[in-house]
Amino acid sequence: MGAIFRREVLSYFTSSVGYIFLAAFYAFSAVIFTSTSLSAGSTQMDGLFSQLMLILVVLIPILTMRTMSEDKKSKTDQCLLTAPVSVGGIVFGKFLAALLVYTCAVAITLVYAVIIQSFAAPDWLVIIGNFTGLELLGAAFIAVGIFCSSLTENQVVAAVVSFISMLALHMLSVIGDLIPIEAVSGLLSKLSFYERYTGFTYGLFDLSNVLFFLSAAAVFLFLSARVLERRRWA
Amino acid sequence: MIEVRNLSKHYGDKKAVDDISFRAADGEILGFLGPNGAGKSTTMNILTGYISSTSGSALIDGVDILENPIKAKRNIGYLPELPPLYMDMTVKEYLNFIYDLKKCRLARVSHLKDICSLVKIEHVYKRVIRNLSKGYRQRVGLAQALVGNPNVLILDEPTVGLDPSQIIEIRTLIKKLGKNHTVILSSHILSEVQAVCDKIIVINEGRIVADDTETNLSDKLSGSHILTALIEGPADRVSEAVRSIDGVKECKSINERENAVEYRIEAAEGRDIRRELFELMAKKHYPILELKNAELSLEDIFLKLTMGEALDSGKESD
Repeated sequence: MGAIFRREVLSYFTSSVGYIFLAAFYAFSAVIFTSTSLSAGSTQMDGLFSQLMLILVVLIPILTMRTMSEDKKSKTDQCLLTAPVSVGGIVFGKFLAALLVYTCAVAITLVYAVIIQSFAAPDWLVIIGNFTGLELLGAAFIAVGIFCSSLTENQVVAAVVSFISMLALHMLSVIGDLIPIEAVSGLLSKLSFYERYTGFTYGLFDLSNVLFFLSAAAVFLFLSARVLERRRWA
Repeated sequence: MIEVRNLSKHYGDKKAVDDISFRAADGEILGFLGPNGAGKSTTMNILTGYISSTSGSALIDGVDILENPIKAKRNIGYLPELPPLYMDMTVKEYLNFIYDLKKCRLARVSHLKDICSLVKIEHVYKRVIRNLSKGYRQRVGLAQALVGNPNVLILDEPTVGLDPSQIIEIRTLIKKLGKNHTVILSSHILSEVQAVCDKIIVINEGRIVADDTETNLSDKLSGSHILTALIEGPADRVSEAVRSIDGVKECKSINERENAVEYRIEAAEGRDIRRELFELMAKKHYPILELKNAELSLEDIFLKLTMGEALDSGKESD
């Protein structure tokens, strides 16, 4: 697993993917930070955090699209699957590598908080809560992206399918509101990534939301491992 | 050691591998001979745990690849048909990655250095794999199979795409490796398998057509009783003289060149008529300009083997 993690991190930065992801995230988050906090003269950062979610829906597929599909296409999966490593180890190594690059991106929000600090003291606890929420949301989204990537050999298809899936997960509560059956709309809003994440941006650190994102990540990583395993049995 | 028992792999209705069994002992080079699509790669993919079998078992050094994959894979070095290389890495980065991936415990620097000098890639060690030629990529693929010094080496068409001098080098290397590893290599070239392997298994349409352990295949397939000869002299008299040699079943002219006629001479199986032919032709003053064993093509072999099978089963039913 360690070997796969190191190789993946390296490959993010020998190809342009890692740089593109980081640059795009830094640029968009800076624009939002400037408009919501700096020009508004506010120490609150919840505006930034709540708007970042939509940006992640667009950017995370770029980060995850090649994780599984590239191996499948270039047959390098033959080298991973015949090595003495478990399938779970392969998936988790790739997940951790993507999560590391992602963390490098979202860590910029802490820099923004330090910038605010130079004007007036922000509420650090709320910011740390928000940051944790963003990290958890990212972990779940990356797991979804890896799962989508494991389904295809084509990186573009992987990116498009991940984008659609993440948008759907983001909008589950909106879809739920349109369904007149109470039980269904209630369930969908409980599963909505948006509803779960906005809890953090309100400054609420709800353990159930933490567990929700952790289990979502675990479920999709498990499914990715199953997809790899199933291909062997086809 | 590799032991395969009643291995089958079905893709829907298609039987890619159909009930094959064989074993390869320590220090033995086993050749897998068959045309494209015979099931060679599928069998190798099952042995290495890349795909699963539908039924049957494969044991690597006594460990079942399905029941205890991680332990079994530790003893295998695998070079697939297409070397599984990460194009964006340098040879150095790639081999170090494989070293970590296989959780190798040998001294890193000296072990990788030994492998590189063995397959002769030291001078491209710091180059990006994408920029290497096909021959060098094949060698890097072979190098990754050797990392960790596994007991069993499985090489899927290791010489495809190499130039003739590289082919000879790789064959020599495989022979050297065969002394202290169990090696399975696949090929669709008979002469290659004959040159390198101790034992040959012929496979076609997913089934073992012939296993060398039982029939001493290599002699049988070498075609030593079928000759082509270029002989000067009147065609009808020459062929008449050839036919008069004891054991000659057939002699026909196949080609005419350099004012001489080329004949295909078939003797009874196991009968070597080359000396008698030479003496007879010398006595009659028909100079032999060329004499060689006829090479059997893979098609000839299958025809021969499958016909042999049909004859045997015909006899049994009588």
